[in-house]
Amino acid sequence: MLTRLLSGDTPRSGLLTVLLLIVLVSLAFAPFLFPGTRSLETAARICIFIVLVASYDLLLGYAGIVSFAHTMFFGIGAYGTALALSATGPSYGSLIWGTVAGAVAAAVFALAIGLFSLRVKAIFFAMVTLAVASAFAVLVSQMSWLTGGEDGLNYRIPRALTPAFKLFDEKILGVRINGKLLAYYLVFFVSVILFLAMLRIVNSPFGRTLKAVRDNAFRAEAIGYRVVWYRTTATVLSAVMAALAGSLLAIWLRYTGPATTLSMEIMIDILLMVVIGGMGTLYGAVLGATLFILAQTYLQTLMGVAADATSAVPLFSTLVAPERWLLWLGVLFILSVYFFPSGIVGRLRAGRV
Amino acid sequence: MSNAAIKPRIEKIPAGERIVQKLPVLLVPALALAGLIAIGNPSSWLTLTVAGLAMGMMIFIMASGLTVVFGLMDVINFGHGAFVAVGAFVGFTVLAWLAGWTASPSVMLNLAAVLMAILAAMVVTGLLGYAFERVIVMPVYGDHLKQILVTMGGLIVAQQMIHVVWGPDELHISRPEALQGAFVIGEAAIEKYRLVAVGIGLALFLAMRHVLKNTKVGLLVRAGVENGEMVEALGYRIRRLFLIVFMTGSALAGLGGVMWGLYQETITAHMGSEIMVLVFIVVIIGGLGSVEGCFIGAMLVGLLANYTAFLAPKVALVSTIALMVAILMWRPQGLYPVVKAK
Repeated sequence: MLTRLLSGDTPRSGLLTVLLLIVLVSLAFAPFLFPGTRSLETAARICIFIVLVASYDLLLGYAGIVSFAHTMFFGIGAYGTALALSATGPSYGSLIWGTVAGAVAAAVFALAIGLFSLRVKAIFFAMVTLAVASAFAVLVSQMSWLTGGEDGLNYRIPRALTPAFKLFDEKILGVRINGKLLAYYLVFFVSVILFLAMLRIVNSPFGRTLKAVRDNAFRAEAIGYRVVWYRTTATVLSAVMAALAGSLLAIWLRYTGPATTLSMEIMIDILLMVVIGGMGTLYGAVLGATLFILAQTYLQTLMGVAADATSAVPLFSTLVAPERWLLWLGVLFILSVYFFPSGIVGRLRAGRV
Repeated sequence: MSNAAIKPRIEKIPAGERIVQKLPVLLVPALALAGLIAIGNPSSWLTLTVAGLAMGMMIFIMASGLTVVFGLMDVINFGHGAFVAVGAFVGFTVLAWLAGWTASPSVMLNLAAVLMAILAAMVVTGLLGYAFERVIVMPVYGDHLKQILVTMGGLIVAQQMIHVVWGPDELHISRPEALQGAFVIGEAAIEKYRLVAVGIGLALFLAMRHVLKNTKVGLLVRAGVENGEMVEALGYRIRRLFLIVFMTGSALAGLGGVMWGLYQETITAHMGSEIMVLVFIVVIIGGLGSVEGCFIGAMLVGLLANYTAFLAPKVALVSTIALMVAILMWRPQGLYPVVKAK
């Protein structure tokens, strides 16, 4: 049953299993284990980014395609939901049609870019997506009549998902069951379903062919697989998943703006999460996203302490200042591409702990 | 019948095909003409055209290194923008030191200060290019995926190091006295600095063409683009050649950075990654690896960006993407596809 749910792709490492279980249990009971708004925000972000990073890994790790437009698809999903909610009011109907519209729009965009640039050279794709994504971000911030420009959109979501709504009068385990909690569980369960769906995709015959295309496109073509078709389909699937993750973010934050969805910083974050977690395995996305977001939220505080403690040493204290944490992540990123191309998960599996 | 087989036959390219081969060159005047028709007013058209050419030249300077590096060694450097930003910061620092020279009314001192800034920037970015090639790019030859990832990582680190060295804020500097202001011809105002930029860019393009077509190094580079293994088999160390090209490309990016910085008069650590979008569009339009294509692509992008910025400001960046799409529909490998004998 469990193997079936995981599509036969078990973690295959004791320590990895333990780590994944810790992540799963902590996220499933986050509101009870770690009460407080900040930790709930962090938990929801982790859920959403696991889906987003896993969908990127589908493209980077399984199909071997580098895209810089992943935040564009993420943003399309988020803006789809956000625009629907602000246009047709806070009902479940508009929530659903907005999400579907966002996913469809992302699929169409991905299909167009894929058919257009994957035909020639895979390396074109990286450059074309970079250009298209930045143009899209500029366009969104300029079309302020529709998207609210740089300020973004604030909107209302169905009342049952807002903190004002109370399911029970009593507290359960010392936690009030309000709409925010329901929204968290919506995010959590949708994320789990999407993750399992992606696990299903990469372990299907389609996923195996994708790996064959990644490892030797020429040979795959010679055996009789249409390489372009497989690459484009992978692009579209990953775009749709990213758009759905974007919709989740839109529902959770009740705000959508360029900085939270479209910015290049988020694209780089995704890249770091995939590579550090481990390319070519979806469990890497879980670990990468969890560690990265925990570090983003809590490590910076630690670095602040380190910077204060070493303020006597001039250059060193600027290097460990909390704003400079991306520097160290960049170094870690380069090192992991060289020495651990399969990331944390690859290390754990090779170690057979 | 046997006679015909022995006679050497020189293939003549039909006239129609020759025109098609020249078509990309004609695109630039065609676009300028279309701009004139769309804008209507000759004097504002002249201003915009000079601005577009200046922008195109600066983009060309930054993009040329990238495209030659790709052509020669099949390495795509996503960290190229870092050299642009570092060059701009070094150049601005030198200009700030030479504040006495830039503020003086003497044209010679002004130009000397700019020259010093450019030289310093090129030396620093050239050395940085050496380090980048040795440390970051060398272990990942032949693996595009890793190249993209690792050079992207290099870009992140370089941008953060700029923050460490120069602080998190953007820098402002005004152009030296002699380069401020504009010539007025009729009703058209042409900024002096833009003319200087066009001059430097054109000189650089001609110099590059000369080096590539008429010198031994250029011959080796062109041969390396076509078939690197054969050049190595003939006894040339293509790695060293590549290192030289990489350093030159980085130095050119630094030069472009200083010029772009003086053009905008404001620089940030992220300027490199912002310009890289335009650089990539230009490189794709021109055909990866082709210097001529890169030059034409840069002119087209510069002109189009300025015309659309005047006609419909909101779609300026989108228009260059549309240009890229249109050109790739016409020639899927770019204007001048680089023929590889592999």
